[in-house]
Amino acid sequence: QDLSLPNGTPVDTSSPASSSSLLNRLQLDDDLDGETRDLFVTVDDPKKHVCTMETYITYRVTTKTTRAEFDLPEYSVRRRYQDFDWLRNKLEESQPTHLIPPLPEKFVVKGVVDRFSEEFVETRRKALDKFLKRITDHPVLSFNEHFNVFLTAKDLNAYKRQGMALLSKMGESVKYVTGGYKLRSRPLEFAAIGEYLDTFSLKLGTIDRIAQRIIKEQLEYLVELREYGPVYSTWGGLEVELSEPLEGVSACIGNCCTALEELSEDMTEDFLPVLREYILYSESMKNVLKKRDQVQAEYEAKLEAVALKKEDRPKVPTDVEKCQDRVECFNADLKADMERWQNNKRQDFRQLLMGMADKNIQYYEKCLTAWESIIPLLQDKPETK
Amino acid sequence: MEDCLAKKMEITVSEAEKRTGRNAMNMQETYTAYLIETRAVESQIEGQCAPVDSLWRRYSEFELLRNYLSVTYPHIVVPPLPEKRADFVWHKLSADNMDPDFVERRRIGLENFLLRVASHPVLCQDKIFYSFLTQEGGWKEMVNETGFQLKADSRLKALNATFRVKNPDKRFTELKHYSDELQSVISHLLRVRARVADRLYGVYKVHGNYGRVFSEWSAIEKEMGDGLQSAGHHMDVYAASIDDILEEEEHYADQLKEYLFYAEALRAVCRKHELMQYDLEMAAQDLTSKKQQCEELATGTVRTFSLKGMTSKLFGQETPEQREAKIKVLEEQIQEGEEQLKSKNLEGRDFVKSAWADIERFKEQKNHDLKEALISYAVMQISMCKKGIQVWTNAKECFSKM
Repeated sequence: QDLSLPNGTPVDTSSPASSSSLLNRLQLDDDLDGETRDLFVTVDDPKKHVCTMETYITYRVTTKTTRAEFDLPEYSVRRRYQDFDWLRNKLEESQPTHLIPPLPEKFVVKGVVDRFSEEFVETRRKALDKFLKRITDHPVLSFNEHFNVFLTAKDLNAYKRQGMALLSKMGESVKYVTGGYKLRSRPLEFAAIGEYLDTFSLKLGTIDRIAQRIIKEQLEYLVELREYGPVYSTWGGLEVELSEPLEGVSACIGNCCTALEELSEDMTEDFLPVLREYILYSESMKNVLKKRDQVQAEYEAKLEAVALKKEDRPKVPTDVEKCQDRVECFNADLKADMERWQNNKRQDFRQLLMGMADKNIQYYEKCLTAWESIIPLLQDKPETK
Repeated sequence: MEDCLAKKMEITVSEAEKRTGRNAMNMQETYTAYLIETRAVESQIEGQCAPVDSLWRRYSEFELLRNYLSVTYPHIVVPPLPEKRADFVWHKLSADNMDPDFVERRRIGLENFLLRVASHPVLCQDKIFYSFLTQEGGWKEMVNETGFQLKADSRLKALNATFRVKNPDKRFTELKHYSDELQSVISHLLRVRARVADRLYGVYKVHGNYGRVFSEWSAIEKEMGDGLQSAGHHMDVYAASIDDILEEEEHYADQLKEYLFYAEALRAVCRKHELMQYDLEMAAQDLTSKKQQCEELATGTVRTFSLKGMTSKLFGQETPEQREAKIKVLEEQIQEGEEQLKSKNLEGRDFVKSAWADIERFKEQKNHDLKEALISYAVMQISMCKKGIQVWTNAKECFSKM
């Protein structure tokens, strides 16, 4: 058999372990392919609503799907930030063994930012779109009942009120009590994940600070450039033969100012939010790791308690068995999610950093064009009058 | 038209050296001496190259030379010296006169000054200038012997004192105004440019921090590691590139500074015209009043009030002999005055003619030089942009391999 991955790489299938990992990889590739994808979700069209009590923004959430879990092939609903927040909380509650993607920050830290400005709303829309797409791509989360309702219900608030009174059966049975059990030692692979996440979020924090510093320095540079350009123009006003060249230089510097402004804006709107998103992601992932530790601690405690009782029991009591199941389930889900997360993270950062490089290249290209275009103007010989 | 000195002689200021010596008050001082090398440009004979002559001069000697030229040729826009003290610095540049970068830029500025003088059709023929370049000892004494300091009009130094000139040549008035505005605008430009350089330096250097953090991050990554690490290296290259870029820009700033100081020289010529015109008008006024006095004495009528007139009325008139004597003195003075006025008029007209000719020459030089400076500035910017594109393209490729 000549087995190879969809991208053409040949695969060694001599051992069962490798064939299962092959299947795993194929599954991931399927997710990324889009050909076998059967659920598409988009967030767009922000609108401002002014009511007596408050002013807020809603976004249109459009769903296209062939899945049986959905009654219709297409849906279009309007949702506001608190609806997304509600969804995330529900997912965390109902799928505690999985990594739930982060939402953009609820409150704006810098009180100076306008919640209704075009830039802020657009940045938020992109983050909310990313949030839903990550859930859509997840083989387990995308089938969550709350997610389904979020995408389809005309009146979400009614469902929310309903949910408060009743307990939905699916997934809710896996209720974990933070019972104060202390884990003796984290298994190696989860310890490694924990360490990785610690260093990762630390480095991201540093990159965030550097990026902010660069933007700050660029804006201060821009302030000086804005004074610099017009001085050439003033000078041009004094001169005869040099008038045009000096005006040309002034205009050129003006163009560079515009280009720089665009670069700083792009970095603020596209680069920084994604960094912050991943920092939030790491934080919530660390919490999931802690929950896992809790589950394992509970299991180990109960096992120890049984061992101490020294009663002659032919088999292990069922509640201890259940604990063991929980631990194994959690570990498996978490491992699978980690691998998925690592892959997505690599792609996201590849795109993010290439985007950053691109924006800088575009900035320099705009400036280059401006300066190259005035060379002929500067070299121009005046006609003999 | 004789060929200017620059065509017959190669002039360079090739070295700068720190020296210690004793000054006029017998106190120890440190100063920099500059080596001036000259070599006659002869038609190339196979294997024969003219020998190089050299001598050392310090900045104060250059100043003495320039002062001499300014006084001796007041109708010429005399080339300026590079700045005495470092001005318009941004934080990375030193304001210290002994700083090697400052000394180096001054060396270039002094060479430029000598070349400017040597290519000026009038100044290049001056003997004192020639001796400055070729005669090591006794030059100072030679300059002082010309007595030029006595000729110097101290009023020229009082830049802002106004002299009420009734009929100045309008061209000079406009030109003086222009030189004031030019000084103002170039100063402003240099100040802002220094701040721009400072800020740009900051932007580039902060990017160096990416290098470090990418390296640290790559340590915990498997597939992303190599891409991050190599991209970080490019960020370091980017951060380091600003030093050379800004050093080159200093050269542009120096070109602007030369014309900032040239504006001063231009103003001095306009000022000279103003003073000459003022002296002329004062002399004419004096002559008119003397003629009037003469007429009054001769006819006995007092047209204008004078203390003498009043006292003579109160205390009695003078004897006819006394009056005759006075008239004679005045007539002599009037004659002298008329001759002086004539020569002053001639002087004034000559000055205007020759000054304006040099001003036209200067204008062309200025337009040419500043255009070249702007072109080289644009070329520098283009080079900086291309470097930026290169670095980020390299970084992008590294990121793509993540």
